[in-house]
Order: sequence, then C-alpha cells, then structure tokens
Amino acid sequence: MTAVQARSTPRLQPPEPDLLRFDRTERLVHWTTAMLFLTVLFTGASLYAGPVSQLVGRRDLVRSVHVIAGLCLPLPFLLGVVGRWGRRLRSDVERLNRWSIDDRRWWRRAKRSDAQLGKFNPGQKLNATFIAAAVVVMIASGSMMKWFEPFPDSWRTGATFVHDWFALGLWLAIGGHVWFALRDADALRAMLHGTIPARWARAHRPRWYEEETGNPANRLKNP
Amino acid sequence: MGVVEAVERSSPVGRRAFLTLLGLGAAGIAVGARVEGWLERTLGPVIARDPTGFLSLLPFGRFRIYTVTGGLPERSRADYRLRVDGLVERPMTLRFDELVAMPSMRVVHDFQCVTGWRVHDVAWKGVRLRDVLDRAGVRPHARAVRFVSFDGAYSESLTLAQARRDDVMVAYELEGEPLSSAHGGPARLYVAPMYGYKSLKWLSRIEVTDSVIPGFWEERGYDVDGWVGASNGRDDDPTVRSPGRKR
Repeated sequence: MTAVQARSTPRLQPPEPDLLRFDRTERLVHWTTAMLFLTVLFTGASLYAGPVSQLVGRRDLVRSVHVIAGLCLPLPFLLGVVGRWGRRLRSDVERLNRWSIDDRRWWRRAKRSDAQLGKFNPGQKLNATFIAAAVVVMIASGSMMKWFEPFPDSWRTGATFVHDWFALGLWLAIGGHVWFALRDADALRAMLHGTIPARWARAHRPRWYEEETGNPANRLKNP
Repeated sequence: MGVVEAVERSSPVGRRAFLTLLGLGAAGIAVGARVEGWLERTLGPVIARDPTGFLSLLPFGRFRIYTVTGGLPERSRADYRLRVDGLVERPMTLRFDELVAMPSMRVVHDFQCVTGWRVHDVAWKGVRLRDVLDRAGVRPHARAVRFVSFDGAYSESLTLAQARRDDVMVAYELEGEPLSSAHGGPARLYVAPMYGYKSLKWLSRIEVTDSVIPGFWEERGYDVDGWVGASNGRDDDPTVRSPGRKR
C-alpha cells in the first residue's frame, strides 16, 4: 500500500490498541527518582545560591535533607532493575545504551525526518546517560564534601568544584527533560499511565512500533 | 520480544559516554582546585562587572550566603543596638552611630570558608574589637568573649587573647559599601585569621565570660580555634601572615 492509497482509503479498520511503553516498575522508579531529584535540586539550590539560601535559611536541616535524599537517589533504580519485575527496565537500559546509525543521522536536521528511531530518541539516550553518570559523580563528590576528614584539601576543593558544575548540568538536563515532556502530552501520559497511542509510535518511533506490533510503521512523510 | 533494535548495526555509545563522564568527574576532583583558581583569575574580573548578576551564580570566586535560621535577619542602622556586658566594669548598649564614631580601621584579607571556597582580597572597615572591650572595661578574671547574633540562633566565642588581636573587628563596611543584611549587617564580627564561621554575622551582643563557650557550628563538630590552615583538618594558605598565632 502506498502513501497515496493510504490517504484515499476510508478508514474502516477498528482503531489500533495502545502500546505499553512503560510498565509499573518503570513508572514507579521514574516517579520516586523524580521526587528525590526535586528534593536534591531545590535543597541544593538553597545551600548554594545566595538569593535562595536567604529565603530558606535553616542550613543545618536543609543540609541533612539534601544528603539523605542524595544518598537515596540510586535506590529506586537499583531495586527496580533486579528480579523478575525489572525485565522491561533492563531491556530499556540496553536500548538507551545502544546507538544506531539512524540515531546518528537524527542529529543532522536535514536527515532527521529519514531517521528510523527505536524506542528512545538520541536526546533521551544522552539525557539518561548523563543523569546516570551524574548521580554517581554527585554521590562520590558529595560524600567527600560531607565526610571530608580523610581527604587532602585540594581534593575537597576539587570535589566542591565537580559537585557545583555537575549540579549546573543536572539543572539544565532535568529542566530540558521536563520542558520536552510538557510539550508532548502523549509521551507524558505514557509515563503516568504506561500506554501510548499506536499512531504516536508509528509517527515518532517507527522501529519500536514494528518491534512491538510486527507490522510495518508505514510512516508518512511530513504532509 | 527482546531488543531487536539492530544490535549488529549499533554500538554501546551510552556505556562509553557514561564511563567518560565518570572519568571527567574523577579528574575534576583531582585537578578541580587548580582549574578553579585559573577560572577565578581569568573570568573573575568579567563576572565582577556583569550588570545582570546572573554570572555570579557560576560556581567560583564569590561569597556564598549562609544562614542557620529561616530567612535573612533584617535590622536597620537606626534600630541597631550592640549590647556589651558580662564580666565588664561598665555594661553598655551602643547605637550604630556611637559605634561608627569610634576610631575606625581597615583591613584587606582573603575570606576563607571551612567548606572550601575563598574570596580574595576582601576590604573591611570597622572598629577594633579590643577598643570596644576597653571601652566597657574587662574585669581581671575574664578569659573569653562570647558573641550572639540577632538571628536568634548563632553564637561564637574567642579567647580574650584572640579577641584582643589587631585583626579582629566589629565590621560595618565591606568593599567600601555599608554592610548589607546578607553579609551580616548592620554590623558583624570579622576574625581575619580564622575560618568564616568564626566571623559571626548580625552581631547583637558581646558578653565577656570566664571560659570559652563553643558556638553554633562548634557544637556540630567544628574546631573552636578556627585558624585558617591550622584547624578542622585543613591546610589552606593562611589568610593572615602574622608572627605567632597566640592560642
């Protein structure tokens, strides 16, 4: 069936069922991690940025909350990724790891419309990779700031330096993540309820659509 | 169905990027202190001239405002009072104008925080603490001085010998400007040779005592004798090069 025929044929088939994008484990991991991230980002800002610390104050309490939330950050993922309940999460981690030729093509705007993307686009892959690494770096550098006795001064200053710049990166990465999520209601609903309309998958993630349904995506060129 | 996403035509870029970022983090911890010094020298002057103030959010070469209570304590110069009491001959309450009328002094020193940041060449103006103590008349059996902040929580202490040093003052100007509330105004303590937590902000009371009473952070593990470079397990360059640190 060509694109022209597809457009002229009246729609007779029943609507396609939605696809499962994120299972219960993945959603639970996502939202608990999101809550912890909100906590560390805002307590961190009030420990760091003058105007915010002046509003909030209570340095002692804010610092404890920041440290505890920070240390808990990887727990939802680590608990979610093991066992039988973590099967889909594990396979998604592998998808985020793998970069196809189409992913590389996507970065060039001229070729973007030809790129046959899988379940995640390259921006999502980059974001996930950065956030995963940043969590490790932040816990390591933050621990050196909190339990500083064994470390020489230059390392402690270095840890503060790394913590500050990665924090800036995290604000940008998570800010961007939320921005893109709010601009795509289908994608946002998928993280809330788990499913996404098949038309979204056909249009935006054709290779994933084929993988899930076994049918060709038949993506139309931009009308 | 497993991951069909053409594994043979894809590569594990994610893992490589992840490990690269971890390497960057580790390298940053090792050489970050030097990189930061370089950034401060090259970009510091640019940031100081930035009219929007946004650049000052970048993490180097600036004061970070710490408060231990909710919000920022505010008090006008007109409402400001400094109580001097305890083991003194003449307990008194100084108004701001009475404080400023006393002989003033200026010093320029680096300001070093025990958490690691340092601001270079900060100019302070104020009244030598020794002069305030002498005005009240310290009694012979006094050994220490306790300071209280009008934020309602913070306190600090010095031995009498430390309090009588030339570079310990009640400061009311910073960089030629009236001391702002964020920096501890209208008046604060400034203890040049010690870490920032000794320089109590929003000074409201000076109490002469017979022994050193540990302050807010000292009850939470910081050293009472907070010499820069010789306490709290740190070896920063001293902020004041003075012969013989009397303890």
